Amino acid sequence: MVETRERAQQTGQSAGPAERTAGGGSIFGHPAIDCDLHPAVPSTQALMPYFDDYWREQFLSRGVDRLNFAMSSSPPNAPFSARPDWRPKAGVPGSDFEMLKTQALDGFGVTYAIANVIHAAQAMHSEDMAAVFCRAVNDWLAKEWLDRDARLRGSILVPTENAELAVEEIERRAGDRRFVQVLLPAMGEKPLGRRAHWPIYRAAEKYGLPIAVHAGSTYRHAPTSTGWPSYFLEDYVNQSGAFESQLLSLISEGVFAKFPDIRFVFSESGFCWVPAFMWRAGKTWRGVRAEVPWVKTAPANLIREHVRFTLQPIDAPPDSDILEQIVEQLGSDDMLMFSTDYPHWHFEGTDALPRALAGDLARKVLHDNAMATYTRLHD
Amino acid sequence: MTDVLDRVQDNSAQAAPRRAAPKAQRPGIVDCDIHPLAKSAAEFKPFMSAHWWEHMTTYGSGVRQAFASTLAYPRMAPEVSRADAWPPGGGPPGSDLDFMRAQHLDANGIAHGVLIPLRMNAGNQRNLEFGAALCRAINEWQIENWVVPEPRLHGSIQVSADDIDFSVAEIRRCAQDRRYVQILIPPRNSEPLGRKRYWPIFEAAVEAGLPIGMHVGGVSGFPAGAGTGAVSYYYEEHQSLVQAMQAVIVSMILEGAFEAFPSLRLTCIEGGFGWAPSLGWRMDKHWKVFRSEVPHLKRAPSEYLREHVYLTTQPVEEPEKPEDLARLMEWIGYDRLMFSSDYPHWDFDDPAYAFKHRMTDEQKQKLFAGNATRLFRLEAA
Repeated sequence: MVETRERAQQTGQSAGPAERTAGGGSIFGHPAIDCDLHPAVPSTQALMPYFDDYWREQFLSRGVDRLNFAMSSSPPNAPFSARPDWRPKAGVPGSDFEMLKTQALDGFGVTYAIANVIHAAQAMHSEDMAAVFCRAVNDWLAKEWLDRDARLRGSILVPTENAELAVEEIERRAGDRRFVQVLLPAMGEKPLGRRAHWPIYRAAEKYGLPIAVHAGSTYRHAPTSTGWPSYFLEDYVNQSGAFESQLLSLISEGVFAKFPDIRFVFSESGFCWVPAFMWRAGKTWRGVRAEVPWVKTAPANLIREHVRFTLQPIDAPPDSDILEQIVEQLGSDDMLMFSTDYPHWHFEGTDALPRALAGDLARKVLHDNAMATYTRLHD
Repeated sequence: MTDVLDRVQDNSAQAAPRRAAPKAQRPGIVDCDIHPLAKSAAEFKPFMSAHWWEHMTTYGSGVRQAFASTLAYPRMAPEVSRADAWPPGGGPPGSDLDFMRAQHLDANGIAHGVLIPLRMNAGNQRNLEFGAALCRAINEWQIENWVVPEPRLHGSIQVSADDIDFSVAEIRRCAQDRRYVQILIPPRNSEPLGRKRYWPIFEAAVEAGLPIGMHVGGVSGFPAGAGTGAVSYYYEEHQSLVQAMQAVIVSMILEGAFEAFPSLRLTCIEGGFGWAPSLGWRMDKHWKVFRSEVPHLKRAPSEYLREHVYLTTQPVEEPEKPEDLARLMEWIGYDRLMFSSDYPHWDFDDPAYAFKHRMTDEQKQKLFAGNATRLFRLEAA
């Protein structure tokens, strides 16, 4: 993986192998990789072929096949869950292959697009049921989506509260190199740095899979440390707090030192909060580092090396000096990776790339940073 | 004030050796965060009924955590304090008024200091009756033991937000006494503070003409991570307080508390301020898509933030490039930033050295004195 990253970094100076293999051009004039878009499971019935006999019988007899496992952190009918022109006439946003192909893949002219299926499989309380649902969603994604368009890549859903079962699923799916990362929700039962999760990271490192941490919650806890807000809007705004917590957990528990080759991809996290977070995490670290002696590198530099952020939603006025300044404060051109977050509603038309990201930086955000992060895209 | 502020200026040029800095001859700074401590719990006895004194000495503090008499995450220094803040005459840091005068109020030119009593988690007691007794005792103790002997100091009305009736009554009882300048509520409560159940407190605050002061901390029973479960280290818990602060602001704005109480003001104490601009941008961005869910909001969320929320400066942000601090403070606006030192705690900000960038005289005046003087209706420094 290290070797590949160096190789990809060289493409910063000249058109290297990564760019040549990717080929093609997007509407932005550079090859582009969409690092976060959302095909959706249309109904639980669509997953039924992907369960074994025991579970199929269970689910039929219990009526589970008639249940809707949308996540409450992305209610399907809420305006943000689908841009009006990206909402299908019937059914769940993101569930129509032809629409996604036309609007997202062709519409932006992307070389690759990484499918993050948001599904309550990851929130189920029965660890066994969570595992079989994750497995079914992954198999469904491979067959119904990845097989139908060579540009699509997938994320491996894993049960979040049982590392042993999560590792089993990673190992089962890792042979299919169209799966390019492992997907975890931003809010689960335990902070992501905790050692209970380390077997997942060990497996991910072994198979060259980054860990995508995507906005959303399994709601094992209230979404704030002061309880339950009233509105979906509050939860969505508060996601950045969860991402901050997770980032500091990964830093302070020493995950980046233990698994130096893993990359974490924060998806739908926003990134304008990151500079201020870096400053505070660095300042506090200087005062408390005796508590976490294994953290030997300034947090800002750990973040720059190990963490990537998908572009949409951009949590700042998109065409202002502010965004340029924020990007400068990030202190690295390697951290942002293009995404549309299709079909979620964050921008109009094809206006997914703000003018603040131009020239060399645009090329890196659109393409090179993803190629450096996802070694499997080099296959 | 001039002398102290000149030292700020010198510091930006790395010019003034710390020891050579002159003492301020004309004090003028308002410090929005000074922590008084009792030498021992016995200091509260005169302010409690026999019943509640007996209760406190028998059962002690009862909050939503496993640790009977200490914080859940041990700090990096005894009493969270500067090593040099232990009074030579004994007692914990912040417990000796004469020493506080010599080491901080006089030395740093503090014209007004706002007291923030933290000990005992009075605002989060599970036994609400005991919490009320504790709040009352702390409120009276501040006046008798601190403000009466040292009029530069001002009190905060500690309330227990989950006991709405008590909180309203206590605000009304204390608000007659102008030596109290704000209402103190921890950011962590049973529910986000903007929820309607807390609105009677805001009504009382507005009626009393007092801002709500929210100092980081509080024990809600929810894990310290922001929806992510219990964090492991003090390093994380320290920063989680900032996320809690943001969650409260999000709640108060988006649930409509500022729309309902246009004169309500909120002061965020010891949460830093680096996060504030991006929080405003983020709320605005998503509000545009979600606005049908919150029709009670008449303006973009960042406008409420800009108008209603004051931020104290400690712990001052330390960007990698000092010019980013200047940019940050301009994004927020110098009319909403107020100096705080956090004396006597370990991460104390010295007014002469905390800000590593150049400010205009007008900016300094607002930040070090003007904004707080107006908000707390203090005599001009």
